[in-house]
Amino acid sequence: MSGTSSSRRTFLIRLVQGASLAASAGLVWTYVLRNQARATPFALRPPGARDEDAFHAMCIKCGQCVNACPYDTLRLATAWEPRPIGSPYFLPRENPCLMCPDIPCQTACPTGALTGELENIEDARMGLAVIDTENCLSWQGLRCEVCFLSCPVKGRAISVERRPAATGGYARMVPWVHSDHCTGCGVCENRCPTDEASIRVVDARLVQGQMGAHYRRQAAEPGGVMVFDPPSPPVPTDTPADAASVPGLDALNLGDLP
Amino acid sequence: MSTHHETRTAPNGRPVRLYQLPESLTGKLWVWRYLILRRVTQVSVLLLFFATAHWAWTFAGQPLLSGNLSASSVVGLIPMSDPFAVLQMLITRHLLVPEVLIGAAVVLVFYGLIGGRVFCSWVCPVNAVTDFAGWLRNHLSLSNALHLNRSLRYYVLVLVLVLSLLTGLAAFEWVSPIAMLHRELIFGIGMGLIGVGGIFLFDLMVVRHGWCGHLCPLGAFYAVVGRAAQLRVRFDETTCTRCGECIRVCPEPQVLNLNQAAQRGLVTSGECSNCGRCVPVCPEDSLSFDLRPLIARHNQQHSVQNPARRTP
Repeated sequence: MSGTSSSRRTFLIRLVQGASLAASAGLVWTYVLRNQARATPFALRPPGARDEDAFHAMCIKCGQCVNACPYDTLRLATAWEPRPIGSPYFLPRENPCLMCPDIPCQTACPTGALTGELENIEDARMGLAVIDTENCLSWQGLRCEVCFLSCPVKGRAISVERRPAATGGYARMVPWVHSDHCTGCGVCENRCPTDEASIRVVDARLVQGQMGAHYRRQAAEPGGVMVFDPPSPPVPTDTPADAASVPGLDALNLGDLP
Repeated sequence: MSTHHETRTAPNGRPVRLYQLPESLTGKLWVWRYLILRRVTQVSVLLLFFATAHWAWTFAGQPLLSGNLSASSVVGLIPMSDPFAVLQMLITRHLLVPEVLIGAAVVLVFYGLIGGRVFCSWVCPVNAVTDFAGWLRNHLSLSNALHLNRSLRYYVLVLVLVLSLLTGLAAFEWVSPIAMLHRELIFGIGMGLIGVGGIFLFDLMVVRHGWCGHLCPLGAFYAVVGRAAQLRVRFDETTCTRCGECIRVCPEPQVLNLNQAAQRGLVTSGECSNCGRCVPVCPEDSLSFDLRPLIARHNQQHSVQNPARRTP
């Protein structure tokens, strides 16, 4: 009887020991995984990539998109690069996405990490170009406009706007990025003539705000001036049943005051 | 030493002979035939992937073998993918497209029904590294610095699946030194080779066949998948003298449970990777590759044709 209980005790202890070993190994492993996948900087993905979480879960790191890319733009991250291991990415300053109309990288993906649902390459949203106006030649008064001229989404993703002169100065022609057309291909970043690119493709989520639905764009205004258009307050009703549910502030205006 | 062995008699009454490497080169090449074939296969697989990626090798206008061992496409027609990687990805609860699922099924059917655990010794690029470590440690006569249970790999396998579920990432694919080595050999060298260096040191200095035989969850996966595979090492009980040469060269010696093999006529364990090390070193030719359905017939014929060889 004591033999049984001691062997049961040994079994339980071994079970706990095994579970603890698995748990500690699992913790270290999870830490590595999270560091690899979540704590690494933004990498430009091939067109049609899912959002980062789903992309990381579904990319099998096979490199078929890399092989399919006719311009050797895509590459796979090696170990210890500051990018998630084995995932496809590109560095636009070295080699931008040239936006093949047939999107061969997306077609090559066997898992659906690249959705395969992108029909027009101009609908790709790999990132968003942003301009460093302090170093941009055009913004500093020169006639550069290389980004505007090289942009594959010609005239729509990047436009050149006339900035009126301050008193005694010249008017400037400055590049302007439009997020509803910019695919994040990075050709502008690649061609920018400043020593360090003054226009760069970044994660749109890092730079793009969100206005809120109560701001409305005035369609008639050519400049697209914003107006504040707060949501209309609930229409007060005089029926007592409704009046009871109206918050205190509005209840003051119900006309039932003495 | 050898004279001592020559005087021994096997349980079946035959004198126990030990294996000797032939003097002639052709003899040696014949003995090393499976080793050479394995290296040729491993290098060919790597070369096909590399050449498709870098030299644009094509067949009928399609890339010959695009991708890597995680997932690939043969001439743009037949998808193949690592079923273990796909299993992990499915466990992350993401819906995959049919192509990769079909690819996993193709590989699973091949290894599960035909090859068994042949991936490990005939395809996996880490095999050459661990074989080298094993060869070196035999020459240096190093002993194990640590005892590991060979079933540890199944626990690692389960841990991989649990972590995939919890983290939403294919847990092994993000740290796999196999994938790292293979990927970086094809798509550009990086620090992934350090992982393989770690395996080499571990196998050389710490545990004999430490990675492939104790830890690797992919090997464990194929050991489970390949249990019922057709390609097996046939064992002929009537000629075996239990000299133990096969066990000495086997990287998974627990699979050469000869008494069990005698009952079934073959090496049954899924952990056998069909590497073919044991076959040429057997001085009695008791071991050979065969297909499961043919094995019983072969062994029967053998014992009928050579009744004198049977136990007196």
